[in-house]
Amino acid sequence: MNILVCLKQTFDTEERITIENGRISEDGVEFVINPYDEYAVEEAIRLKEKHGGEVTVITIGPERAEQALRTAMAMGADKGVIVDIEELEEEPDEHTIAKILAATIKEEDLAFDIILCGYMAVDDGSAQVGPRLAELLEIPHISTITKLDIDGNKVSVEKDVEGDVELIDSSLPILVTAQQGLNDPRYPSLPGIMKAKKKPLTRLELDDLDLDEEEIAAKTETIDVFLPPKKQAGKILQGDIKDQAKELVQLLRNEAKVI
Amino acid sequence: MSRNVLVLADVRDGKLRNVSLESLAAARKVAEGGSVTAAVFGSFAKDLVDPLAEHGADKVLVVTNHELDQYTTDGYFAAFKKVIEHINPDVIFTGHTAVGKDLSPRIAARLGLGLVSDVTRVELEEGRIVFTRPIYAGKAFVKKVFKEGTVFATLRPNNIEKGEADSGRKANVEELRVDVPADLLRTIVKDVVKKSTDGVDLSEARIIVSGGRGVKSADGFKPLEELASLLGGAVGASRGACDSGYCDYALQIGQTGKVVTPDLYIACGISGAIQHLAGMSNSKVIVAINKDPEAPIFQVADYGIVGDLFEVVPLLTEEFKKLLAQN
Repeated sequence: MNILVCLKQTFDTEERITIENGRISEDGVEFVINPYDEYAVEEAIRLKEKHGGEVTVITIGPERAEQALRTAMAMGADKGVIVDIEELEEEPDEHTIAKILAATIKEEDLAFDIILCGYMAVDDGSAQVGPRLAELLEIPHISTITKLDIDGNKVSVEKDVEGDVELIDSSLPILVTAQQGLNDPRYPSLPGIMKAKKKPLTRLELDDLDLDEEEIAAKTETIDVFLPPKKQAGKILQGDIKDQAKELVQLLRNEAKVI
Repeated sequence: MSRNVLVLADVRDGKLRNVSLESLAAARKVAEGGSVTAAVFGSFAKDLVDPLAEHGADKVLVVTNHELDQYTTDGYFAAFKKVIEHINPDVIFTGHTAVGKDLSPRIAARLGLGLVSDVTRVELEEGRIVFTRPIYAGKAFVKKVFKEGTVFATLRPNNIEKGEADSGRKANVEELRVDVPADLLRTIVKDVVKKSTDGVDLSEARIIVSGGRGVKSADGFKPLEELASLLGGAVGASRGACDSGYCDYALQIGQTGKVVTPDLYIACGISGAIQHLAGMSNSKVIVAINKDPEAPIFQVADYGIVGDLFEVVPLLTEEFKKLLAQN
């Protein structure tokens, strides 16, 4: 089975956000594989362990993003592709990213039976690239899956639908996006980390892909980045715990007016 | 500049979701005299015309194929694409819901459009539509505009105020036929397992009662469920509670998990790790109940009670019962 995983390197979710010169500062930030993409990587490796085949991990990002690919390879992915788009003059949007991923898959002749992505990235949180990519590759997709079974050509999944679960059947080739609960990603082992250093990695730049700038030009742009207003310290109630409960209910009714 | 705006009505269990009415309010705002069309799919579509009209739709396009009663990507894709080609809108809004998140990016890719998703605010500035949306799960925000093409956005439930219903308001109703042959649907929904508590979805809940490691067990969620059910709210959880196996991951609120903005968020036994705060700190009113007075959750709380949740939550439920009985 040929398995592709698209992943993004993101800030660790424990990081605080600061803004410098109108941009999110990356100073001293710890980067990880986007947690939702990590579920996708884990699921891909499990598919390979069960059905055989090869797992290729793809990312778009600056040089530092190679580390995310190496981590995925240490978990068990076989090879990686990184597309550096630093030469892009304008800020990319989801349209840009999906187009570049589709072009990479087509032009590098990356054969696939299944493509796995995280359902969203914890930084931009737009949840767009997976479904967009499926459309550009003209294959079906199922988003926010929490269980995946493949039998021959047949695909059965459980999909999280805002708390409810849909049981969906489909067939290969397909793109699925991973929701939390799909699996428990493994930690890379030490031998895994050693092996990952030698696994093949293809580095591409935009010029290597047959795309014209106009075709991938972002349709949207960011005009402002800002932090939410700091919350004022609240009121800690005092006294007998029963009276506190009573007071709180009154405050919610009369002061906050939410009940 | 007047604009023609298209809103896709989001239907769950045959009922119109609030986010669709909120989207209509946003649509009216950006239409600036243009026409607002709502599209609604499913055999029950005609029953949903009135609330759409009363909340601002000038025209309602109904697609009554029974194949669209259950959402499938390909079925809705065919219908929505046909609607868009029929209306040729300047602006398209859907909910940032299971349907909108699944469908809108795919439609955008097919039509070569930009898409701004998970919008919490829609404004007009110097003739442009400016969208505000959270990044890093609300640790920061960005404002986005379109450089070209049709404006397309998914709107987060519970953030844009819906307008008052105008019961006298009527809309033109037009029925659109769409072919949905069986072989068009490449994914087939075999079954739907209902899990959400009392049908109140976390992303749309006005009140959320949420538990952390402090609930100690799956049973520990019971008093929280009682309080939530009394208030017509939903139960949520922190990653700690989910990782400990006390509850389903579907309940997780945080940077991984759901980002919520209810009117009232009651955090019980949640310490307030930064990844959890990202998911809930934009709630309108936050109550924290925790044994540890130093817990970071108190820094974002409007009201705090330092105490054992197993003592405090039942007391609160009792007090709320008294209050609600007075009305």
